[in-house]
Amino acid sequence: MEDVAIQVKRVSKNFALPHERAKSVKEAFINPFRSSMHKNVDVQHALKDISFTVKKGEFFGIVGRNGSGKSTLLKLLAGIYQPTKGSIVTKGKLVPFIELGVGFNPELTGRQNVFLNGALLGFSEKEVAAQYDDIVEFAELKDFMDQKLKNYSSGMQVRLAFSMAVRAKADILLIDEVLAVGDADFQRKCFEYFKQLKNNRVTVVFVSHDMNAVREYCDRALLIEKSKLVDIGETSGIAEQYQKLFMSQQGQSVGSEQGDDRWGDQKLVITNVAAEIDEHWLKITQTIKARVDSEPPIVGVRVRDASGKDITGTNTILEDTKLPSLHKGQVLKIEFKFPNVFADGKYTVDPAVLHNDGITVSDWWNRALYVNIQKKRHLPYMVDPGFLINYTIK
Amino acid sequence: MKRIKQRYRYSFVLLKQLVKTDFKIRYQGSALGYLWTLLRPLALFTILYIVFVKFLRVGDQIPYFAVYLLVGIVFWNFFVEVTLGSVGAIVAKGDLMRKLSFPRYVIIVAGSFSASINLLINMVVVFLFMLLSHVPLRVNGLLIVFPLMELFVFSLSVGLLLSALFVRFRDINYIWEVALQAGFYATPILYPITLVMAMSITAAKVLMLNPMAQIIQDARAFLVTEQTETIATIYGSSWARLIPVTIVLLLAVVSVWYFKKRSPYFAEEV
Repeated sequence: MEDVAIQVKRVSKNFALPHERAKSVKEAFINPFRSSMHKNVDVQHALKDISFTVKKGEFFGIVGRNGSGKSTLLKLLAGIYQPTKGSIVTKGKLVPFIELGVGFNPELTGRQNVFLNGALLGFSEKEVAAQYDDIVEFAELKDFMDQKLKNYSSGMQVRLAFSMAVRAKADILLIDEVLAVGDADFQRKCFEYFKQLKNNRVTVVFVSHDMNAVREYCDRALLIEKSKLVDIGETSGIAEQYQKLFMSQQGQSVGSEQGDDRWGDQKLVITNVAAEIDEHWLKITQTIKARVDSEPPIVGVRVRDASGKDITGTNTILEDTKLPSLHKGQVLKIEFKFPNVFADGKYTVDPAVLHNDGITVSDWWNRALYVNIQKKRHLPYMVDPGFLINYTIK
Repeated sequence: MKRIKQRYRYSFVLLKQLVKTDFKIRYQGSALGYLWTLLRPLALFTILYIVFVKFLRVGDQIPYFAVYLLVGIVFWNFFVEVTLGSVGAIVAKGDLMRKLSFPRYVIIVAGSFSASINLLINMVVVFLFMLLSHVPLRVNGLLIVFPLMELFVFSLSVGLLLSALFVRFRDINYIWEVALQAGFYATPILYPITLVMAMSITAAKVLMLNPMAQIIQDARAFLVTEQTETIATIYGSSWARLIPVTIVLLLAVVSVWYFKKRSPYFAEEV
């Protein structure tokens, strides 16, 4: 028990979502309080039965997709929200960074904001004054401190805020994707700060989408999906599960109804599309069901980037693969395996089945699958073909 | 003692900065700046003085009625400033509350501290007015701290309650504005309580149960003249003062209880 910093026991959080219905003026007039007291309330279950412990000095990651409940969890840890059920115990001084520069007032000068923000971080005026020169120097804003904050660029504001944040003396720090903002130089500073925290054995709870940062800094991580805890454990395992969420889910979830994104006579129908990704290979598997006896079909696949630009694609004709005729009820499973040369990012997969003439579409499905590629190796170009370098010295 | 200091350290630090910030921001960009703190009640005083005292000859029989009027206005002004400022204060800080966990009452207390600074400056003006009007200075005048303390506790209690209520019931601010209008006339500020007593002693007795009426009359009795009718003289017993004082204390307990109960949920409800 001694070395536990945060203990979360069976915590659930519900939010009441009031439905605001337009009421007649007369009704509102007769009973002005009614609207606020008898709202139709929907309950949103933001978190369900979450339990975990964070040890002292641990760098603990919380990952999950948007809307999974991870920010709610962080706010519960910070004491901003109260759990509907369960209990949260934290030991020591806790400082949350849900956002940088909380409480910054645009009408005050940089200097005045330093003192205000300092107070919110728990520093007395004396304590801020003692560190004032360091703060200003670190933010590189020496000549701007007597200007109002509203005249600062957003970059300057972030620098000042960050310069304040790193001063916070806490036993537990909660950090919510602070890294999402700022340029490369700023991000480098952030990472340096993280390293320093890690070396000083400060307990950190870190919420992020960035699996590379999670892999690099977190000792353990927790994956949360649809308000529920999926797994806690070694960072690499959690990061893998997180990435799989993006693959498994969308293949089915995109509406299989015909529409703008899907068309064809559906004699041969794509029943499933799945992707397997690793550092070096991408494998896309299509499952196709024949609803009637058919001539040998042509199956193709296309990969596009987030902006919709074609990146690559092929089909069974181009690859000289002759498929057999299909009988009614038969299921064809076909794999397209190719080197994972893609840069990090989100891609869509468009599978298609054409009839033997190569013109009539049986089932064409744009954006059937979303693929999220995140590699250990970053190349700032669209394609990473896997370079081999040889050199000689004479 | 040390533990108390440790426990409330964060609140103190925050309170100090919030009051300072408010002080800096409030009159930013206005030419006369902080002078407005004095000019506003003085302007209201001048208008009321001309209309009621000079034209309608209200309070003719009361010695130093101008000072009387000023004391009433300054006290009432404080009450309005604290309560009206508090109503929306929690909701206005919603953004901050969703990002940081800090004792929520600090917001309301900071507002009433800012108003208290203004009140003290206004009291200096009242004092200057007393000198100008040749009000004889008495040792009893020092007792003014009691009505001032009661005024602070009353205003802060109302402020806490209203701010917490406003998070759930967004009609409160309109209702409170109307209530303040009514309260201004239900309190002997621009008319002397003797006027009401002459018409109906029962009405005067009821009016004096209002803590603001009791506070203002007591303040006048201490500062201006001993002949001032207070709740004690109207009821014929000093014990009567316990009624409005009890109202204030009960309200303080209820307000603190309600605020404490609701404040953990402010972040998600605002």
